[in-house]
Amino acid sequence: MPDSFHLDAVPIRLERCGKTFAGSARALEPLDLTIRGGETIVFLGPSGCGKTTTLRIIAGLESPDPGGRVLFGEEDVTALPIERRNVGMVFQSYALFPNMTVAENVAYGLKVRKLPRPERTRRVEEMLDLMHLGEFAGRRIDQLSGGQRQRVALARALVVKPRVLLLDEPLTALDAKLRDSLRLEIDRLLRGLGITAVYVTHDQGEAMALGDRIVVMAKGRVAQVGTPREIYYQPADGFVADFIGTMNRLGGSARGGTLSIGTASLPWSGPEGAVELLIRPEDLALAGEADGHLGGTVAAAVFLGDRTRLVVEPADGPALTVDAAGRSELGRGDRVWLRVDPARVLAVP
Amino acid sequence: MHSLSNRRGLGFWLQLGFTLLVCALLTVPMVMSMLAGLTANYFVGLKSGLTLRWVDEVLRVYSGTILLSLQIAFACLACTLVLGVPAAYALARRPGRFARLVEEMLMMPVAIPGLATALALIVTYGGVGDLRSSWLFILIGHVLFTLPFMVRAVLAVMGAIDLTTLEEGAASLGASFLRRFFTVVLPNCRSGILAGSLMVLTLSVGEFNLTWLLHTPLTKTLPVGLADSYASLRIEIGSAYTLVFFLMIVPSLILLQGLAKRGRPSV
Repeated sequence: MPDSFHLDAVPIRLERCGKTFAGSARALEPLDLTIRGGETIVFLGPSGCGKTTTLRIIAGLESPDPGGRVLFGEEDVTALPIERRNVGMVFQSYALFPNMTVAENVAYGLKVRKLPRPERTRRVEEMLDLMHLGEFAGRRIDQLSGGQRQRVALARALVVKPRVLLLDEPLTALDAKLRDSLRLEIDRLLRGLGITAVYVTHDQGEAMALGDRIVVMAKGRVAQVGTPREIYYQPADGFVADFIGTMNRLGGSARGGTLSIGTASLPWSGPEGAVELLIRPEDLALAGEADGHLGGTVAAAVFLGDRTRLVVEPADGPALTVDAAGRSELGRGDRVWLRVDPARVLAVP
Repeated sequence: MHSLSNRRGLGFWLQLGFTLLVCALLTVPMVMSMLAGLTANYFVGLKSGLTLRWVDEVLRVYSGTILLSLQIAFACLACTLVLGVPAAYALARRPGRFARLVEEMLMMPVAIPGLATALALIVTYGGVGDLRSSWLFILIGHVLFTLPFMVRAVLAVMGAIDLTTLEEGAASLGASFLRRFFTVVLPNCRSGILAGSLMVLTLSVGEFNLTWLLHTPLTKTLPVGLADSYASLRIEIGSAYTLVFFLMIVPSLILLQGLAKRGRPSV
């Protein structure tokens, strides 16, 4: 990527940013968050969790409730409307201007900034080339495919060299295959540009792939902030655990350095007392009767190619989801034994 | 092998026949009227010969009404554009019960008979200065009557595009409100604005109910003159007048239709 595309890495700070809409419940509880310069942060959560509201507060499309502040670097931008914040924004519906060509769409922000024509043309061409859109410069928006539109939206947002890039569910409107390839493209782009990016999605796969850090949100609150690995392996609570990937829940009791699950006893260094254990499907291993901790019957087996996902029903307690090898021949009705590695078990009291 | 489209059944011919019948029903009276305006003596019929004498007479006697009608129509268009487009924008951007109420209220002048509206105008403003004898009085009536059509036409297009997001997109690129309005909102509502303009022009030129009450002998518009000539002159002159009216309105209709189809404006 050419040097001219490298953008400043401006940190963003949110201080006590809450949002209450007239006549409805609070959409966002006061939130404190620092987004490091050059970082890609992903707001993840189900619809109505406040992630889009947070993005719109950063963008300047909503103002936080009194007392909240938004800072770009050292500058307090709380009072500035979006048109004076110098942000780049990519919308879920693209928001491309149907009355303009691809090149005119990309040039719009530069025209607003009163760049002289030769420089404008040069930067538009550069940006279109970077996004592999050169041949579409003269096309109208309605002559483009969904993926092409999304790339135009990115080009239009980036060509003005914004301080931060904001993406609101940019891939949701696309089909699965296109989503994967564009996700890779966006990832490459964000790394190459070094820009601070805020990305909103309800898709955990997207969040894991793109985020340096993920902010998991629920009901207007932050449930957890962490790297994708932290979120996946050390979920802060049951909500995060259930929202990200698949999680088994298992009752157990711990006393004196020993954890009892069913009839098995394991060495244990976690919290004592009655605990709820959270275990990922890939952390439950199939074992023989001698070294297994839990016995059960296969209730369903789904072949997924690289693995076979089993639903195992123990003698008592809820069904467990287990990932076995792809070539596993296990099927419905088979008797299996499972091993639990205590180091990979998360316990919540 | 017979493809279905090559074999036209009875249904097709019945439909075609019905369509042609309806077309004839609508166009024959117009053609008859126009022919009457070109016939030397209507009661004798076409064999009396064709002449431009009546058209000539209409232009001589009534050219004032034609010019006044055009003047009012374009002034009316200007007023409805300046008032109606921002009004539609405000209604489109403010969803809520109040906005819907205003939208319904806007249709009132259409629902109320023109004569009643005119009477109300005369009772209320008839005594204000020289307004009663001015062409502006008719203009006010026409604006009142045509404004809802402009607002509705523009509102329909604004509702069909995601105006809020388009504007947010423009704002995120640094565009101020006025810039957004003129470079994004207006160009993307072009089809609605043109459709509205078309409506306003034709409605204003042809408006009779309101105008008949609002006019004075010095502010006669084309339709009022038409009624005049039908009532007091030879039928040939009235018909020739109709012909002139058609010649005026049809090219402007075609022109505006063409504009609406010609693709986007240069930005």
